[in-house]
Amino acid sequence: MYAVAFTWELLSLGPKGYGDELLWGALRTLQISVFGYACGFALGLLGAIGKLSGGPLLRGVLNFYTTVFRAVPELILILLLFYAGTDSFNGLLVTLGYEPINVNGLVAAVLVLGFVQGAYSTEVLRAAIQAVPTGQVEAAKAFGMSRTGAFRRIIMPAMLPNAVPGLANLWLNITKDSALISVVGFTELALATRQAAGVSKQYLLLYLIMQALYLTISLSSIKLFGRLERNLRRGQPDLA
Amino acid sequence: MRWEWLPKYLPNLMFGLGITLQILVISVVVGFLLAIPVGLSQVNGSRFSKTIAGGFCSYIRGTPLLTQIWLLYYGIGSLFPLIPGMRENYMWLIRLDAYWYVLLAFTLSFAGYEAEIMRGAFLSVPKGELEAARAFGMNSGKVLRRVWLPSAVLKVLPTLAGEVIGQLKSTPLIFTVPVMDMMSVTSKIRQDTYLTYEPLLFLAAIYLILTFFITRLFAYFESYIPVRR
Amino acid sequence: MTFKKLLMTAAAFAVLGITPALADLKMGVAAEPYAPFTSKDASGVWVGWEVDFMNALCAEIGEKCAIEEVAWDGIIPALQAKKFDAIMSSMSITPERAKTIDFSSMYYNSAAVIIGPKNDDKDFSPEHLSGKNVGVQVSTTHSAYIDKYYAPKGAVVKTYATQDEANNDLASGRLDYVMADGVALDAFMTSDQGACCEQKGAVPIDIDVLGPGVGFGIRKEDEALLAKVNAGIKALGDKGILQQITTTWNLDGKVVFPGMK
Repeated sequence: MYAVAFTWELLSLGPKGYGDELLWGALRTLQISVFGYACGFALGLLGAIGKLSGGPLLRGVLNFYTTVFRAVPELILILLLFYAGTDSFNGLLVTLGYEPINVNGLVAAVLVLGFVQGAYSTEVLRAAIQAVPTGQVEAAKAFGMSRTGAFRRIIMPAMLPNAVPGLANLWLNITKDSALISVVGFTELALATRQAAGVSKQYLLLYLIMQALYLTISLSSIKLFGRLERNLRRGQPDLA
Repeated sequence: MRWEWLPKYLPNLMFGLGITLQILVISVVVGFLLAIPVGLSQVNGSRFSKTIAGGFCSYIRGTPLLTQIWLLYYGIGSLFPLIPGMRENYMWLIRLDAYWYVLLAFTLSFAGYEAEIMRGAFLSVPKGELEAARAFGMNSGKVLRRVWLPSAVLKVLPTLAGEVIGQLKSTPLIFTVPVMDMMSVTSKIRQDTYLTYEPLLFLAAIYLILTFFITRLFAYFESYIPVRR
Repeated sequence: MTFKKLLMTAAAFAVLGITPALADLKMGVAAEPYAPFTSKDASGVWVGWEVDFMNALCAEIGEKCAIEEVAWDGIIPALQAKKFDAIMSSMSITPERAKTIDFSSMYYNSAAVIIGPKNDDKDFSPEHLSGKNVGVQVSTTHSAYIDKYYAPKGAVVKTYATQDEANNDLASGRLDYVMADGVALDAFMTSDQGACCEQKGAVPIDIDVLGPGVGFGIRKEDEALLAKVNAGIKALGDKGILQQITTTWNLDGKVVFPGMK
């Protein structure tokens, strides 16, 4: 049961091999990355809009948020948010008169990653929104579009292609930051591999496979984002 | 908030700070020096060296630094018992402190990211300058040394501050292997005192102060960079 | 059209993450192998002395239990943050920890030992270990013991997040000694990797640092749960179930537990 001799069976997908644990770990990594990214994107959108058209108080809060969350190392943020987040959430529930609930590990990991990403997304999206030619926004107003209408139909489509390189970078960052979640004990790919290696002692082999899985995720993401950018830029004049 | 633990652990934190800064400075300097040939070979090299350099950069940028550290320290560590005669003849290699593995991982990581930036910088030097240097009769080595390299390096210097701060923000990962950096000390404080937030908040504050100083330092040196008008 | 596809894939993804909250009682276990008490077998199922003990206890007190994994060095804050209801991870009862959380009555105890490479040197006193690399797991009674007795005499202490990693470094030669629980180290030394090493001896007992044994960690306000668990432990001891579990895992003579004959 303890140190297992190296056989290819180690990597099998069945109960005797660790192949399935690693693949499940990779799936979990993708899960928290995708949902964390979505949260971060949503927060980033709200933050960017807030920074551009909000009052001084809102802008002050958002400036604090982006400055601090981009200056403090992600690992420390993740640890702080993981414990503080659930504590304050439960504290809020208690003061409101509800029973404190146990926040699911997945939800906690997603929210933590999302909050950290939100600070970076805010800056990327803000820059992209500011890059939309003001003429188009003024034309929308001249047409009588409401602000949300103008945002949805004019600003967003024009902003997204500009934001894609920054967003692609953020996606690659979150897939790598998801490994940091392992220090709070959430079993994504890094921790799953660490556990499997701990039992089987095949550190080198399993860690190499884990790196190969991360590489697969990164390289396919880069290809996908390339296609996304081409898709979003259809109809626009080609970049030089 | 309870801060009574601070005076007791301050010497440990200062020691940890020293280790963190050592790893930061050495990995940045050596990594940058390493990035130059790697970036250059992606632009100028044979097909073989292009593939090697490209593969290296893909690996560094496509996998988390945390797992890169684990692969180096625990992966190589697991090989030692398998090599016969290792213990008798190469004990010094086995006893290599985790500090060196971390230093290697951080250096390679910085080199990987900087190489991409250097590649872009090498490509963006106007071809005209290189052709002019050739026309003067300089051989490849001279062109590189006197025209291409200085131009490229001057182009990347403004981004260096951001990269160094990025490297600084990666340093807490060190605590996952047995090295006594600031995060390890903070971890120890958290275990001894069972306080969750105060040690982490203090550490976050230290990192904020370090970031501030590094930004100021680079801003000061930026005034010395010649900018063509 | 693509938006709908996106929504559907997102929903499918999300469903994979929803774990049914059927368990009434969640036990926090450190997410690392700690054989023979808790470890994951190749199919990802938790097995071990403590796992069997947990199942028996929950049957006894009439609760459904589930294991919640968490990092060892954050296990007490996670308990406070209500991520689970009790810590069941070979956590020793110490006065220091008892300031923050409550402990159940102890459910097993075993000696703390120091192991090292096979040689004639059987001395493991603090003076002898001066200048040597000693490995311990972070946040354990063993690291507290090493800090108290060995570090002041000059031992170079290396802390690891998991006991496994410390064992590995001892096997590869990076460490000279490791101090940890005798039973866990036995499991290591009987493995292929552990053939390098032997036990040097059990350390002199210091009850304040090492504690009287291992117990459940429970939040201070959960007094009802504490009473239930204590009653369950006593019942398991009286019924001889703890003896059965110990024999199944070949630990007779290596651990003491309530209800031992």
